[in-house]
Formats: sequence, C-alpha cells, structure tokens
Amino acid sequence: MSIFVNADTRVIVQGMTGRAGTFYTDQAMRYGATYVGGVRPGKGGRRHLDLPLFNSVSEAVEGTGANASLVIVPAPFAANAMIEAIEAGIGVVVCVTERVPQHDMARVKAALRQSDTMLIGPNSQGILTPGQCKIGVMPTVDAKPGNIGIASRSASLTSEILAQCSKAGLGQSTTVGIGGDTLHGVDFVDCLKRFKDDPETEAVVLVGEIGGREEEEAAAYLKSVNFGKPVVALVVGRHAPEGRRMGHAGTLSTFGLASAAEKIDVLRDAGVAIANTADDVVAAIGTVPVPA
Amino acid sequence: MYFSEHLSKEMLSQYGIAVPAGRLARSADEAAQACAAIAARKYVVKAQIVAGGRGLAGGVKFAATPSAVADEARKMLGSTLVTAQTGSSGELVSSIYVEQAMDLAQSYFIALALDTATGEVLLLASSEGGVEFEQRSKMDPDTVKRMTLGRDGPDTRSQLTDFLKGIGIEADAPVNMILAAREAFVENDMTLLEINPFARTSDGKWVAIDAKIAIDGSALFRHPEFEPLVEKQGLTATEMEAARNNINLVRMEGNIGIVSNGAGLGLATTDMIFDAGGAPANFMDIRTTATSFDIGKGVSLLLDEPKAKVILLNVHGGGMTSCDTVAEGLTFAYSRSKRHLPVVARLAGLNAEWGTRILRERKIPVEIHDTMTAAVARAVEIAR
Repeated sequence: MSIFVNADTRVIVQGMTGRAGTFYTDQAMRYGATYVGGVRPGKGGRRHLDLPLFNSVSEAVEGTGANASLVIVPAPFAANAMIEAIEAGIGVVVCVTERVPQHDMARVKAALRQSDTMLIGPNSQGILTPGQCKIGVMPTVDAKPGNIGIASRSASLTSEILAQCSKAGLGQSTTVGIGGDTLHGVDFVDCLKRFKDDPETEAVVLVGEIGGREEEEAAAYLKSVNFGKPVVALVVGRHAPEGRRMGHAGTLSTFGLASAAEKIDVLRDAGVAIANTADDVVAAIGTVPVPA
Repeated sequence: MYFSEHLSKEMLSQYGIAVPAGRLARSADEAAQACAAIAARKYVVKAQIVAGGRGLAGGVKFAATPSAVADEARKMLGSTLVTAQTGSSGELVSSIYVEQAMDLAQSYFIALALDTATGEVLLLASSEGGVEFEQRSKMDPDTVKRMTLGRDGPDTRSQLTDFLKGIGIEADAPVNMILAAREAFVENDMTLLEINPFARTSDGKWVAIDAKIAIDGSALFRHPEFEPLVEKQGLTATEMEAARNNINLVRMEGNIGIVSNGAGLGLATTDMIFDAGGAPANFMDIRTTATSFDIGKGVSLLLDEPKAKVILLNVHGGGMTSCDTVAEGLTFAYSRSKRHLPVVARLAGLNAEWGTRILRERKIPVEIHDTMTAAVARAVEIAR
C-alpha cells in the first residue's frame, strides 16, 4: 500500500511535449510508472514518446482512463492547466511548476473546493511510491520500497533524507512534496491522515521550514488523534535572516508567523521526535522495525 | 517585491483612496520646492526605504516651514537608517517624501492579505493603528480582527459595514475605500496591502496616512510596468547579480561561503553551521533551471566576498541539478578567479561520484567528506 498513488495509477502529462515534460515523462516511464498519454492543445491524435496526445484533459481521460496528471507547463499557464485537470475530475494532480502567481493559486483553490481532486504542489518535486509510481522530478536512484512515509516542504531535503533512510535499510511507502509555495494543495495534515490509515506506513517523517502554518496545523492534528505511529520532524531555518525571502515563497516571514524554534516546540509538544539536522533523522526513527 | 511609500500611495490614489498631498524629493532643494506644490500649514518628511520600523529609527520628521523641511531632508538624504527590519547594515536613504501633515482624530490599522489556507482575500483591521501597532499586535493578537472579503462582488458591502462597526468605524467612506483597496489588491497581484495608520482627520476626512504594498514577484509577467522597480528592492549588487543567474543569494555576516541546491538544503546548511559555532557568509539556493555557468557566477560572487574564508559545497543532486553540474560551475569560477579559497565538499545523490571526480581532476583545493555533519565541522574549523 501507499498514499495517493500506487501501481494502478494511470498518469497523463499536461505539457508533455516540452523539454522538461519530455525528459521527466521519459524518466518516469523508465522507472516503471504507468503513463498513458499527454495533453497538448492542437496536437491531439499525434503521438509523443510513443504515447497518444489529446487536445484536452477530458479527452485524455476518456481515451486513456487516466486518474492522475502531471502539470509541467510554464508558470503563466499553470493555473489554467490545474483547473482544467480538476474540472475533468482527475483524482491526483501534481504540479511541479515554480513561481505560479499567488492570485492564480487563489483561483485554483476555489476550483479545488468544488471537487474531490487532491492537488500536490505547485513548486513541488512531486510524489513517489517507490517501485510503483513516480509523478514528478525527483531522483529515484536511492529510493527503496518500504515503510517510511515522508511529507516535505523541501525537494532537496526529501532526497537527502530518503537516501539516508535507504542506506540504513529503511525503505519508503510514499514521499510527498507538498510544495514550497504559500498557497498549495495537500498539506501535512492531509498526508498524516492518509499515512495513519495506510497499513504499509510504520513511521512518518515531516520536513518543515520557517513560514506558513503547516507545522502548527500538523501539531494540532497529531494532538487531536491517537496517531499510533512514530512521527519525526526536521524543521529548517532556525538561523535564517529574519524577514528575507529564502527561495521558497512560503518562507516569507510576515507578521504573526512563528519562528522555526516555535514550530519545533509545538511539534515536540504534540509528541513528535525532533531531528536537529538531516543527519539525525534516521537515528530519530531508530525504533521503527526494519522491513523484512 | 515591495513598493516604497510614495509608489504605494500613488497606486492607492489611482483607485480613489484619499492620501495626503505629497511630492518625492532627492535633494534638499527639491524638498523645499515640493512644499510650494503641497501648500500645507505643516509638513512631514519621510525617508523612502523598503524596510518598516522607520518611524522609531528617525525616518519620519515633522517640519513647519519649507526651510525646516529642507534641513530635515539634508540630514536624512544619504544617511543609513537602521530599523528593526533592516538588519545591522541598515538601508541607505536616497529619496524622501515630503507630505502635508494632518491632524488625526483617530488612527486605525487596515491590511489586506491572501488567506494561505483558502486563497481568499483577508481583511485585517484594528482600532489601534499607528507606529506601535506591530509591537502591540504581537503582544495581543485579539486587537486585530479578521474578515474574509472574497475576491470580488458587491455582496460583501453590508458584511463589511458591520465588521467595521466592530472596530468603531461607522461611515460610508471607509467601506468604499476598503472595497477599492480590494480591487487594487486583486488587479495588481498584491500579496500585502497595509494602510497604517488609516485615519480619520480632525476635519472628518478618511485618509491613508502611510501605506505599504507587496507585489507578487512571480506575477511580473503580466505587469511589465513594475519591471523597472525590481532593481530597487533593497538587494545588494551581489544579490541582484545572483538573481540574474538563477541563484537566490542572501548575504549574511559570517565567513563561510555556502554553495547548495534547494532552499531547504540551504536553510539546513545554515542551521548546521550556526550549531557548529560558525557563521555563514551567505544563504544560497540554486534554482532548478540554473546551468553550470549560472552556478559558476554564483561561486564567483562568493570568491569576491572579502570576508569569506572557505567554501562549503553541500549538494544533493537530483531533478535537473546534478552534482556534476554544480562541480562544473565551481571549476568555472575557480578558473576565472585568482582567489582560490579552500573548498569543503559533501556531494550526494545524482552523479555524486562524477562531481567528486571533476573537483579532484581540475585541481580544486578540495576536501571531500561523506556526511554533512563532518563537512560542516571541517568548514567551521577552517574558518575559525
């Protein structure tokens, strides 16, 4: 098992014919994920990477039975692409595009409220269920199937922690990049709820950072339920210069937002084991049984 | 990116929001001349810096006559203001805003922001506006009331009227002004619009006395008119040069130059250096679109940094930025610079071995470590 995506996930790519779209579609198929088509208005009926192209998401769904979409288009077009996928009833939409305007995301969030779609991203490395499904731009060289669930705001740290887990014999059930932007789709709580119900997931790692309220909301959720599985968190940005934008839009410190230290306190108070650095995460998981 | 006060007010007045009469000045003479155009009984001289907190740092002065205005302008222009938000290096005052001073009967705080959970436009308001607002609101979050305004539509009018009554505002003008502000907020891709104080003057007018606007830098593609303002964001020349090369660089006070990919790994590296007793010279996030040339430019900027003593290369290759790309970038920079600072490197992920080989074969003065903890400890030792 896994969360959000598995071996039955059938993926289409919005923006497949572009340079990045071509590269990552090809990589994901080589990894063994099931990709079934692409969307490129005006190119319907042709083929790319030996997959059929469609003029719209709804045509692609009809033609392929797709239930997931990778949105990999330039930022000015990303919101409309996400909304098209949401309105076509796609179950899981992953957007890796960086620098999507916040007011565009406000429109996407409105579309999400009318649907059952789970949006992952934008500005996300995507979602990976090792050995079954990859939708995104993350490396897979170090990924191993197993029982650690990872939900993260940082692509680079996810790769880092995943590699260290695999090296220690701890495979992964699913890794979810919730994205580095202020306004995004699924959050830590959405991931935690699914990891809780996923029998394969035996421990969860959260990778947080300054800015936003993800960590506080995760802490409040964990306090409200009997989660039943160990949760480890790494929150970076304890020493970030105050008030400066540090790469992720979500890390813009505006008034009223908590520091990394405050986030760490509320997580610890919710029973979460805190890893001080990425090098400490595996040790913090320590008590979790190694999968046979 | 932030708009300075005078640009913020110019935009608000385009949407019909009243602001005090004012003129921008870059010299004492211009400041004195501005007074003639404003024709007020009393003036206020305001330093045009991006950072907040200027009032408490001497960046706002009242003056009764044009010659007094010129005197205040002379003192302020060319000075460096250190406020609670600037950091210790402060911000240079290169222009000032001369404005009609108004007698205020009551000051409020008004702000529009995007609700991060829903994307809806959020109105924040407080009956206690003014200079000390931020401190007060931090002590007591209950002084700030919130209302979801939504993105458009007139149906919020009666709800807004009731909401404002709750903080003691009972007049039509503020309702109209806030609805106009919402229009400005949505049309211009603002992420923050703050009016503080939003005031009722002693003669009963409602005026935006000070304003601050933040525009979403990711939306500039549909606002080419804002492009010329990007250069004036309080970034150093080094930071702007890095931004032009797909690298997000923030200068810091220490002596360890950091090369890392991804904001998360960059922040993690910064934390580890401080924990080990060192201090970074910068924060770096190499964007996924950066080429090895871009990375080379970023490393060159670190080599040009006089206080840097060592380069810490902490890379997890993946996505489009693989370890060999970063290593190539570093060797470009070293081939063009005479200053060959020692490099402590930790490479993992995609093409880590290839990256390591590049650094060794090109004779970079490099020490390779297997773990981040070991690399950070060594860099801190060299920098000491």
